[in-house]
Amino acid sequence: MSEFTYLFRGRQTTGSPEELQKHMQKWVAWFQDLHVKGHLKDPGNPLDPTGVVVSGKQKTVVDGPFAEAKDVVAGHIMVDAADLAQAVELSKGCPILEVGGSVEVRPIQKLMR
Amino acid sequence: MVAALTRVFGVHNLTMAQDVVQDAFCRAVEVWAYRGVPENPSAWLMATAKNRALDLLRRERTARTYAPELGRLLESEWTLVPVVEELFASDAIKDDQLRMMFSCCHPRLSQEAQVALVLNILCGFGAGEVASAFVSGRAAIEKRITRAKKVLAQSKTLFDLSAPKDFSRRLPAVHRALYLLFNEGYHGASPESGIRVELCREAMRLTALLLEHPLGRTPATHALAALQCLNCARLPARVDGSGDLRSLFDQDRSKWDRELVQEGLKLLELSATGSKLTTYHLEAAIAAVHARAPQVEDTDWEAIVSIYDAMMALVPSPVVALNRAIAVGQFQGPRRGLEEIRAIVDGDRLAAYPFYFAALGEFEFKLGRSDRARGHFLEALAQARNPMERKFLRGRVEACEEVSS
Repeated sequence: MSEFTYLFRGRQTTGSPEELQKHMQKWVAWFQDLHVKGHLKDPGNPLDPTGVVVSGKQKTVVDGPFAEAKDVVAGHIMVDAADLAQAVELSKGCPILEVGGSVEVRPIQKLMR
Repeated sequence: MVAALTRVFGVHNLTMAQDVVQDAFCRAVEVWAYRGVPENPSAWLMATAKNRALDLLRRERTARTYAPELGRLLESEWTLVPVVEELFASDAIKDDQLRMMFSCCHPRLSQEAQVALVLNILCGFGAGEVASAFVSGRAAIEKRITRAKKVLAQSKTLFDLSAPKDFSRRLPAVHRALYLLFNEGYHGASPESGIRVELCREAMRLTALLLEHPLGRTPATHALAALQCLNCARLPARVDGSGDLRSLFDQDRSKWDRELVQEGLKLLELSATGSKLTTYHLEAAIAAVHARAPQVEDTDWEAIVSIYDAMMALVPSPVVALNRAIAVGQFQGPRRGLEEIRAIVDGDRLAAYPFYFAALGEFEFKLGRSDRARGHFLEALAQARNPMERKFLRGRVEACEEVSS
């Protein structure tokens, strides 16, 4: 088993309250599915689209948004999967893909000493 | 509300669920005093409890484990709100109440404990109110409830409604608890009639909930609901203007609730499917015979005797035999009634039952032997269980004395 982080980009912003609610229920179902199958390592959290970026030696603080809406990281979770191929397969159930978003699947790097 | 919250927190955190509801009510008292009662108070309470639950879940996200069937859905903002919202939706709340009802009727709990638990968790009765409903000490009831909650908490998960086999197996215990709950209100010893009507109403509300569930909609549930409706219809006439108990024989039948009678007869018809006859069917059938008689003289006693025959075959007991004997006495005269009472098997088991002596008294009275009748009524008086019964029987003793003098 290896650990992977899913980085989600893009999010559903339009639609009636019923549509949004339906969409959220899909997330619930997907999470429950990952959990039941033992893949949900850390359920993470969604991220608010606002915020600031601190950068450089000067520690410059710049208000967000940092990029176009579809490129803003919308949240993260961690999964356990046998390998990258399985992690990718599992990510295909993510409801964000239905609303034009993306999932970036990244193995956790074990830093060598 | 407690049922919904317990579904969120898990049954082992039952106290937490009750605390949240308590909090919501306290907030209501504060806010409503200041800003007035909102348009939809129950929705306001529900929303307040929901928000309070969300606060708690966020603060103690990983410190506790919650309902295991929710997995880790409460740990993350991805899923927390949608999950809690769904559990608070009105359909879900109905299911939660059913689930809690079945959970309360745990086989490891005595029937008294089951009923106390239903009253406390599902009907929101405090220990004091449960105690006055049962005419028991508050401390004893508190102990009983606490012990029962522990048993419930040990079961880890709430009852699973989706397993038809478990559902059917637990259903008779749920029927029994609802039957006892209703009877506690109808015949119960609490002198406060307010509490008693409330008990009947709660039992009917929960039975109606059971009827809404496809697996709960059985002939026995229909029969139980019919029995409750038909008996409840008579409540307004059971106690007269001065608060005295009126027996079925001298109630003002115009006070009976015709709508409830109709509802009860309809439910009784719906119960007449399937092959399993229950005591609820028979009790409801008897109540229906009474309900159909505009005057006590119109009562079809022959039908009632034959229903009691069926009941003796199904669940023979001295009390059933006594009731049968009373019906025989009405049908074929007091002499026959007395014979039937004397022929009851195990009749000595009725020695602490006031209505045994009261029945003897009534028949002797009708035969014009008022001295004997008076003796029986005095014995009944000694066994009476509450002030209303006592007052009623004292009245009968006096009636005998009036005739003798």
